Amino acid sequence: MDLFDFSTGREGYYGQYGGTFLPEILQATVSELLDCFRQCKSDPTFWAEFVQLMQNYSGRPTPITHLANLSAHLGGAQIYVKREDLNHTGAHKINNVIGQGLLCKRLGKTRVIAETGAGQHGFATATMAAKFGFDCTIYMGAVDVARQRPNVFWMENMGAEVVAVQDGQKTLKDAINEAMRDWVTNMADTHYVLGTACGPHPFPEMVSWFQSIVGQEARAQMLEQTGRLPDRVYACVGGGSNAMGIFQGFFDDDVELIGCEAGGHGAGSSLHAARLAYNDASVGIAQGFKTYFLQNEQGNMNETHSIAAGLDYIGINPILAYLWEQEKVRFLAATDDEVREALKLTMRTEGLIPALETTHAFAKAIEEAPTMGRDEIILINQSGRGDKDIFTVAEALDDYKWKEFIQQKARQYGQEQQ
Amino acid sequence: MGLQSYIEQRKADKSLLVMAHVVCGYPSFEANLAELEIMAAAGVDLVELQFPFSEPSADGPLFVRANELSLRNGTTVDDCFEFMAKVSARFPFKVLMMGYYNTVFKMGEERFLERLKAAGGVGYILPDLPIEEAGSLHARSAELGLEPIILMTPTNSDARLAELAAVAKGFIYVVARKGVTGSKTQMGDDVADLVARCRRHTDLPLGVGFGISDRSDMDYLRGHADLAIVGTAALRAWEQGGAEQLTEFFSELLAG
Repeated sequence: MDLFDFSTGREGYYGQYGGTFLPEILQATVSELLDCFRQCKSDPTFWAEFVQLMQNYSGRPTPITHLANLSAHLGGAQIYVKREDLNHTGAHKINNVIGQGLLCKRLGKTRVIAETGAGQHGFATATMAAKFGFDCTIYMGAVDVARQRPNVFWMENMGAEVVAVQDGQKTLKDAINEAMRDWVTNMADTHYVLGTACGPHPFPEMVSWFQSIVGQEARAQMLEQTGRLPDRVYACVGGGSNAMGIFQGFFDDDVELIGCEAGGHGAGSSLHAARLAYNDASVGIAQGFKTYFLQNEQGNMNETHSIAAGLDYIGINPILAYLWEQEKVRFLAATDDEVREALKLTMRTEGLIPALETTHAFAKAIEEAPTMGRDEIILINQSGRGDKDIFTVAEALDDYKWKEFIQQKARQYGQEQQ
Repeated sequence: MGLQSYIEQRKADKSLLVMAHVVCGYPSFEANLAELEIMAAAGVDLVELQFPFSEPSADGPLFVRANELSLRNGTTVDDCFEFMAKVSARFPFKVLMMGYYNTVFKMGEERFLERLKAAGGVGYILPDLPIEEAGSLHARSAELGLEPIILMTPTNSDARLAELAAVAKGFIYVVARKGVTGSKTQMGDDVADLVARCRRHTDLPLGVGFGISDRSDMDYLRGHADLAIVGTAALRAWEQGGAEQLTEFFSELLAG
């Protein structure tokens, strides 16, 4: 299956989803980006340089780990995880960012901008900018800045300017709008490092391409370690980049692919970010592309909610929307409560700390594993690690000892100021 | 009468026409009406009524906030069309819809265009709808006598300007500079060169917008462009000093 062969369809479309819906001022920039991307994609030395850099800088290939204890505890399928959490900066985000950094060098641009929700993509972009010597501005919703101070701290210390966006819901989608506004002004020297496989063409294809390294490795590793392919692959889906990354390794195989969205407070609550698993989203056009959005009948976007800032987004990757429609990917949603329980169980049985985003995939795998045979295999993409999210996780788990510690620290800093 | 003829007719009496802008429902429809009274009295020739959208990514800070607060006030697309009908019946200037394509898409192109026509609108400006995606909308608009206003920008190549000119109707919206609406544009050779470049590709009237804020901008545009497009500066005047300051703003802008 080659999703990116547009010779028989419309360039940048996956079924009816995708496309490029941007102000005319960006037409030349996006067309230049598309040309450069096509050159990179057809140049084997580009991919080789990318892989080598990922090995030397980020520790690829990331391993596959068999979760024997968790599997035994659940009494069903054998669970394996692809350890994207072991990347430098702690998530799969770095794959895309390093790829776009190399592309930015080919474009001859000297400045990068990015949006970020949880801060993970901003953190990765700031890292890449420091390494490659680019100027860097990160747009982050003011609400997210307030709840993700550790990531802001790292971004600023790597030399990036972090702009707290005060518009709208003050979260990820508003950060994207603000990054777009920067780009329409500064496109001459600036590349927009979009963080997920959303937005206008060629971003969904480009981000998916860089993330395909995850699926390529995972498929080979599963064959080597278990002698066979997994029966099911689970990945969390916010914008959809880690899911696209791992799923691409198994498109041509008889492997069931499961996307796990943010169920928030559950179906019917309106406090969630499940575009496909629940029935609340409809097709629309925003932020440069056509897909399923959580929006009202007027076409204005709804507020979304998730325990995981990185999944708290109105739209979904257009490729995944298409694959869902074709019944090639099944979609489920994990609620905030299910995520808390899955995180506790994973920490206690395996000593692993998946990011809250990633834990959505764990929650659904944990739910379904007992219904599968012991000879069946589940692969989860552990897209990010949770220890960096200690503030958020501690709050999500309502840990009173942590709260006491923070209060004590606050008192200490207060006294130092006096 | 199409917009091109309308503009040419109005230009018999004045050297530079003006298109103004209001965001529907911000700060309120009553305030919009008061603003439009002032614009009409000042002799504004065209008005764009912006239908608020939750993701106005081509707009600058002032309009972003206006979109957001209007939606928070509960403004609906129905309200906007109702208001447009009232405005086009009451004022001598021509009225266009300005907004984002999702508003059209969600309603359905056919129904949107019919409602626009019924409300007395003569065309629309959809900055996030590239011409490649506009085929069906433009075709149906032509049947209904509605005109899509196409934007030409400083980053467009000559080849692209020719493609844009081929589908443009009514007049061309020349984007004076890179960026979003609202910040000051330094009028100078760049703008004159861009207008001249656009002129080589089209016989349609040329309107220049983005950062037009005072009489010196108007003086500069006279002779280069047919239409000055004034958005943020007028809203800023209204926010700072209400009806009085807006009246002053337009009388200063249009003096001489």
